[in-house]
Amino acid sequence: MSSNPSSSIIGSALVKRGLADMLRGGVIMDVVNPEQAKIAEDAGAVAVMALERVPSDIRRDGGVARMSDPQMIQEIQAIVTIPVMAKARIGHFAEAQILQALDVDYIDESEVLTPADEENHIDKWGFTVPFVCGATNLGEALRRIGEGACLIRSKGEAGTGNVVEAVRHLRTINAQIRRLVSADASELFSLAKDLQAPLPLVQEVAATGRLPVPMFCAGGISTPADAALVLQLGAEAVFVGSGIFKSEDPNRMARAIVEATTHFEDAAVVAKVSTGLGAAMRGAETSTLEMRLAERGW
Amino acid sequence: MPRVGVLALQGDVREHVAMLHAIGVTGELIKRPEQLEGLDGIIFPGGESTTMAHLLATSGLQLALEERVANGLPVLGTCAGLILLSHKVLDGRDQQWSLRALDVIVRRNGYGRQIASFESPVDVKGVGVVPGVFIRAPRIEAWGKDVEVLAKLDHGDGPHPVLVRQGAIWGCSFHPELTNDSWLHQMFTSSL
Repeated sequence: MSSNPSSSIIGSALVKRGLADMLRGGVIMDVVNPEQAKIAEDAGAVAVMALERVPSDIRRDGGVARMSDPQMIQEIQAIVTIPVMAKARIGHFAEAQILQALDVDYIDESEVLTPADEENHIDKWGFTVPFVCGATNLGEALRRIGEGACLIRSKGEAGTGNVVEAVRHLRTINAQIRRLVSADASELFSLAKDLQAPLPLVQEVAATGRLPVPMFCAGGISTPADAALVLQLGAEAVFVGSGIFKSEDPNRMARAIVEATTHFEDAAVVAKVSTGLGAAMRGAETSTLEMRLAERGW
Repeated sequence: MPRVGVLALQGDVREHVAMLHAIGVTGELIKRPEQLEGLDGIIFPGGESTTMAHLLATSGLQLALEERVANGLPVLGTCAGLILLSHKVLDGRDQQWSLRALDVIVRRNGYGRQIASFESPVDVKGVGVVPGVFIRAPRIEAWGKDVEVLAKLDHGDGPHPVLVRQGAIWGCSFHPELTNDSWLHQMFTSSL
């Protein structure tokens, strides 16, 4: 935090988590160029994630996946009015410093990129820009929040077009939250140990019944029905990576997923927007994958 | 008790419902035109104004709201909600739709991008000093003579209104709903 002449503060937890609150009920779309960013904004995206290759291409091409070229991030910032997010490698605080200097609105410390540190994540408290991090279970989510993450997303298995892992992660986090809520106060010490999570955060979740920050869903969402599914499982918004621009008609798919995310409880609306959409991305069976991104993160 | 709706297409809907709950009012979630029936007032929450404008059009709420608001339905908009009410939007999408119910010109992200988002105390006429949470906030650049300015803030860029009222239409560039004080919801519901 720092002050300026009008006795105001920037970078507080409230304004960092607050932006995530403003994105709830929305769709954040991966885009690789300004044209896609414009399509995303026109389709009603609440934010875009600027990156050089969507996860399915990272999977296909292999090699080290790094932060995007600042030039493409700036081109996207110039063309849309909605928040622009960008990814840094796990533990790569210098990439994060660059992204903050570029004035991005959110940094995703992401397992989709090749990790830079196999023990430590970025100390996110030191940044003015907020961070989102992936999690597969409650302990991982609370460790990331302990490091300063202001938004948690399920990891899913990015780039597969297969929602099964995201569902597993959401259900796991929800079940672990319910366990904390039903626990006696004296059980929370041991549960914090089992979860490998900071005790104060475990106690907070036990008291409130929810994460201290919003929980979104990412990883494998590729149809309006997928969005409706994960919203009903408690996700508060969705990230869609390869699912839009690897589909047959990205413009229509983007609009359909936006509508389904808002009207997730209204099956008639989800049915209407799902009708005649064209092919979703092809997708992959996760059990036969050679590279499992969700296992990255510690 | 008045019947108050909260536009629930996207954004910090839950916080507005909680603010209303704290003063004994049930916030009704509004996603479809027929849900406007019988409302005494409606709140437009914070969120992304372009997304909400898009979803207002696709849900049929845009036409229904234009008609109800023209016929006097009171509205309170915070942040993106203020943008949706404004007469004119600067730095928005080309031809960004707004209700034009409040005679103000707003600049989207007028205080800067997320990195410039800030907290600052705000002195509100008749209320006192309240916490102000400004997130990629719109800045009110100009306002008409029928607009009452209830609070101004100088964030090092000269004084700009941050809470305004024009009859039944209220616009706030910050987020009282992210704090634990229902003062604005109290003012709005008391006026209904």
